[in-house]
Amino acid sequence: MATPVLDKVEAESAASPYITVTFRVRRFNPEVSAEATWEDFQLEIDPKERVLDGLHKIKWELDGTLTFRRSCAHGICGSDAMRINGRNRLACKTLIKDINPEKPITIEPIKGLTVLKDLVVDMEPFFQAYRDVMPFLVTTGNEPTRERLQSPEDRERFDDTTKCILCAACTSSCPVFWNDGQYFGPAAIVNAHRFIFDSRDEAGEQRLEILNDKDGVWRCRTTFNCTDACPRGIEVTKAIQEVKRALITRRF
Amino acid sequence: MSADTTTATSGIGPVEGGAGTAYGVDNPAPVIEAPRKRTAKTPRSTRGNFEMAAWLFMRLSGIVLVVLVLGHLLIQLVLDGGVSKIGFAFVAGRWASPFWQIWDLLMLWLAMLHGGNGLRTVINDYAERDTTRFWLKMLLYTATVFTVLLGTLVIFTFDPNIR
Repeated sequence: MATPVLDKVEAESAASPYITVTFRVRRFNPEVSAEATWEDFQLEIDPKERVLDGLHKIKWELDGTLTFRRSCAHGICGSDAMRINGRNRLACKTLIKDINPEKPITIEPIKGLTVLKDLVVDMEPFFQAYRDVMPFLVTTGNEPTRERLQSPEDRERFDDTTKCILCAACTSSCPVFWNDGQYFGPAAIVNAHRFIFDSRDEAGEQRLEILNDKDGVWRCRTTFNCTDACPRGIEVTKAIQEVKRALITRRF
Repeated sequence: MSADTTTATSGIGPVEGGAGTAYGVDNPAPVIEAPRKRTAKTPRSTRGNFEMAAWLFMRLSGIVLVVLVLGHLLIQLVLDGGVSKIGFAFVAGRWASPFWQIWDLLMLWLAMLHGGNGLRTVINDYAERDTTRFWLKMLLYTATVFTVLLGTLVIFTFDPNIR
């Protein structure tokens, strides 16, 4: 009599997609303590959901003080780059099933930038480096009455680096940036690359000069951390090498 | 929370009392300042071709050193009896020819500058304080210059008839 009931319960639990996952979040609140601490959260979640959904669940149901950035939640805005299981990823593009939910999932703010609260960092130094490379079209002469035309081959030249969403996953994975933070960082170089190799732009020389800085492209140690970290799959290190090559061929 | 209770019991506001110990809304803990923040101390421009020249030198000297060092090791350690043949007479015999003098001189300069520049990079990347960085680099430059000058002196003034 009891056996079929038990079977049914077991079948139901097997059908349920939910599993228990531990989120180990690096918490920091300057209004409470100067120290950052790890805090564990247990939650029932479908492993096919994303880490961001888990963070939402914590914020909405367990602890409303958990602070993190997210805007579009679909991998386009670049707000929610964080260090998940020791690697920089976008929380909204990382599925829980892909990062071994049997073990606690560690979530930290990205490294090398000032932590303001929990997972929120001060992005200002990152954007400062971005602004320094003049990430806008610079031309001379009269403005054309139509769009500035470009051949598909010319467009293809810098196609890879147009994909950047400025999430800072690459820059904050770079060990040279961690050291003293003076290095421009991969993201700024990628965005300079996007205009240096654009046939319509006329300030490539100026941008190369900016990146010829003591803390410019020559501080790159080719560790490929940036290429590994990029959630958009940009070949960041390759772009940096192309800027180096452009600098050298321009001089010699 | 503890700040609230002390306020209630002592009647002293959070600003006047206990400011040193407990962090609160009005007294947040200091955050570690980001290093790339532009301050008055930030130099205006650190542009120049030195880093590019150093980067290029590392690649070019590396290629030449592969030939020089591997050839050197082969001659010294493998060919013609190996390491046991090396003695004063062997070195004197080799340095009688200007070819080997130039080979060794080139190897000395390139290897020392290549290694010195590599260590300079390592110091730049790993030293945390500016004073540490400065003194480590001074030590490195002194050692490099001393070794290069001493080696050059020996190669040029080598006397096989020394007693």
